[in-house]
Amino acid sequence: MKTTEQSYTSWYFLGIVILAYIIVVFIKPDAIIPSLKFFLSIIIKIIPVFVVIFILLILFDLFITPKAIVNHLGKNAGIKGWIYSIIGGILSTGPIYLWYPLLNEMQKKGVRNGFIATFLYNRALKPALLPLFIYYFGLLFVVILSIVMVVVSVLQGFVVDKFVGKNE
Amino acid sequence: MLKIKEPIKKAVKILWKSLPVLLGIILLISLANSLIPKSAYSFLFSKIPLIDSVIGASVGSILAGNPVTSYILGGELLNQGVSLIAVTAFIVAWVTVGVIQFPAEAILLGKRFAIARNISAFVFAIITAFITAGLINLLVVLL
Repeated sequence: MKTTEQSYTSWYFLGIVILAYIIVVFIKPDAIIPSLKFFLSIIIKIIPVFVVIFILLILFDLFITPKAIVNHLGKNAGIKGWIYSIIGGILSTGPIYLWYPLLNEMQKKGVRNGFIATFLYNRALKPALLPLFIYYFGLLFVVILSIVMVVVSVLQGFVVDKFVGKNE
Repeated sequence: MLKIKEPIKKAVKILWKSLPVLLGIILLISLANSLIPKSAYSFLFSKIPLIDSVIGASVGSILAGNPVTSYILGGELLNQGVSLIAVTAFIVAWVTVGVIQFPAEAILLGKRFAIARNISAFVFAIITAFITAGLINLLVVLL
């Protein structure tokens, strides 16, 4: 497997985190076991999402052509691009960082940066968690916050486009 | 069969390349979760809405994890008398800003993208908090 500059950086990053654990062993040794237990619990929880993303990557490569991406989520996609990004963000599950590899692929194929930002912002709205959210904060709060967040997600998309560029 | 072999190989390659970043982030989140006691947050807040919203968004940006944890923590903060604006900024920033995930986002989606997205998400968390709290107050008065 060809080792690129990006994958070197990734391994350096993992090395630095492991180094942080080694430092914590000396400073606060009682934090290590709970950390590793928590790490294991996250790994077990994300395995199904990891499988979903693996399948999505395959389907994405098999059926979605760069031309279709540029039409639906490219720099000139217009309102349907925003709608796809909002719905995609709301429907996506699992931790945010698991979606980075797929989004990276989409970015390379020409998906507009603003749409990626909008997708990531809408991951805050999770239909499955709504009953619990309502339990803690009430229906009125959840409805208003959800509407405000959808509107703000599009604004954030424009801001990211402005500072990063739409992705050529 | 041959047609699917290539996409599978490609998907494995993409995930393999992302694996060190993903593992590093999960390890980092786990360490932060053990080192920062959850009970230590409420004393951070003042009674000034703008300052509290910035503090709420800052704490939410640093912490990471399942949104459910942010609801529980946010509910606790409300019970302890922290303002709705500060708690809203906290729960919005929790899911939209990622200080701990920043290295992974910068490596995989670009440094410029990660900086612009996280800074704007931080500012928007505060704006969202003021708009949401304002609309709720308005509706409560009107209804």
